[in-house]
Amino acid sequence: MSLEEGGFAVFLGLLTLLCVLLAGKALDPVFAFHATIGAIASAAGVYLIVKAYIDRAGKEVPAEINGKPNYNYGPIKFASIAAMFWGIAGFLVGVIIAFELAFPNLSMGLEWINFGRLRPLHTSAVIFAFGGNVLLATSFYAVQRTCRVRMPGLVAPWFVILGYNVFIVIAGTGYLLGVTSGKEYAEPEWYADLWLTVVWVAYLLVFLATLWKRKEPHIYVANWFTLAMIVTIAMLHLVNNAEIPVSFFGTKSYVLWSGVQDAMVQWWYGHNAVGFFLTAGFLAIMYYFVPKRANRPVYSYRLSIVHFWALIFLYIWAGPHHLHYTALPEWASTLGMTFSVMLWMPSWGGMINGLMTLSGAWDKLRTDPVLRMLVVSVAFYGMSTFEGPLMSIKAVNSLSHYTDWTIGHVHSGALGWVGYVSFGALYCLVPWVFGKKDVYSLKLVDWHFWISTLGIVLYISAMWVSGIMQGLMWRAYTSLGFLQYSFVETVEAMHPYYVIRGLGGVLFLTGALIMAVNLYLTITRGEAEEAEPAGALAAAE
Amino acid sequence: MGFTYEQVAMFAQQSVTIYFFVLFLAILAYALWPKNKEPFDHAAQIPLEED
Repeated sequence: MSLEEGGFAVFLGLLTLLCVLLAGKALDPVFAFHATIGAIASAAGVYLIVKAYIDRAGKEVPAEINGKPNYNYGPIKFASIAAMFWGIAGFLVGVIIAFELAFPNLSMGLEWINFGRLRPLHTSAVIFAFGGNVLLATSFYAVQRTCRVRMPGLVAPWFVILGYNVFIVIAGTGYLLGVTSGKEYAEPEWYADLWLTVVWVAYLLVFLATLWKRKEPHIYVANWFTLAMIVTIAMLHLVNNAEIPVSFFGTKSYVLWSGVQDAMVQWWYGHNAVGFFLTAGFLAIMYYFVPKRANRPVYSYRLSIVHFWALIFLYIWAGPHHLHYTALPEWASTLGMTFSVMLWMPSWGGMINGLMTLSGAWDKLRTDPVLRMLVVSVAFYGMSTFEGPLMSIKAVNSLSHYTDWTIGHVHSGALGWVGYVSFGALYCLVPWVFGKKDVYSLKLVDWHFWISTLGIVLYISAMWVSGIMQGLMWRAYTSLGFLQYSFVETVEAMHPYYVIRGLGGVLFLTGALIMAVNLYLTITRGEAEEAEPAGALAAAE
Repeated sequence: MGFTYEQVAMFAQQSVTIYFFVLFLAILAYALWPKNKEPFDHAAQIPLEED
């Protein structure tokens, strides 16, 4: 047994014992439940390590076969399927809460499906469960291929993928059972945060070790973006979740920060979760998958370098624009606004780089719906990164903040950019790692594309109208200087737009279901990739 | 030891602003340096040259 296998087995074995102890001494039922999940997952980990050790019967896994890297696709396969599963779960919960807003009695008084609990379930499921698994799968694929080396470790890559999904289960079930730290997009409690830290450090180490072993001297730009994502998310996670548990046997903890400092740390985290997880991470997908699918090199490699550094320098400062007109000092607010406006440059530089990669191959948009999805995602990236800086300007923000305009903006980025670039990447990745020629049906991809696009258009246009109307109604005064509308009148006025938004969500979910069927058929019935052409045949050509 | 908060803050703000600006100019020069064109053209081909 190698040191790695033995080390992980001992670690997970001890963790099993610790979880059993914690479950026995738990102060609240949810903590006992989560400790039990931890114990079962760790014990299963030990079982899998020992089973894999027995199965390989002392043989080493070769790093190369016939002089070609023996890429490790197992964890990537798992993460792509998990991404599809969590995606559908997250979109479904989104549809449910959209209709709960339109029809408030929909939760039937059940606390577990109340909006307040389902909303973090939705955001975490789509961002961290769907998006996170997409990032893990695509980054492990791209880093191995562009470094031309098998990623090191027998257990470590699996530990990252499975450990991350255990974190998702603990976080998600916690929300439903009412456990939350109350920090937006960072709701998991202290023990889940600790576990994520362990998994994330393992992710960083596997990624760095792959770069270290690379056969290609230059580190391709997609890997820079991924590395920036991993490092920055680690930093944000640790600072924003610096919390002290009330007891080591209970779920509740309190964060170290207080007052306006806490608000600032929270939105420094929140905005950079957008900037580094949802932007840098998915830009890595753009820089690898768009050139691959279009079969053309990226438009300008120089621009990609400037894009990368400009994005890294600027994004980290933009957080305060979430706190305009609050207790935050004016200078911090202005700083956040200024940096947000400056972000126009790298964002549009990146968009141009992605779109222009197709120059000379625009006809492929007509014939290849997967490439169309990737390119439309970049167009949505350009649109939402234009809208974001605009909304960060204080005068605009005074109208848009706390209204549905923000929700519309977020979803043009989330559905249009992150969603489509992920769908496009999965449509490429699943056939590649399962050894198939292409997806089972490009026609179904076409259906997915148009149904979802219609859904996105319904969603964001409904939220623009609803949000701007809401903002204008809040600030309307009568000739005598009284507020013209009561709050409930604004809620009533928004009802039709909430229904339209819900229908948009249904269409987006329908598209994702079509995709899941298509990927399932790709894996089970897809046409196998042709075997390597024989040398003589290639020469004759 | 006679530094006030304002002095330290001003030094930190100004020096780091200049440092970041110069660093960024250096990156820009690296990206646009004519001699680097060839390695970058090769780097752009990395995803397409896989086996």
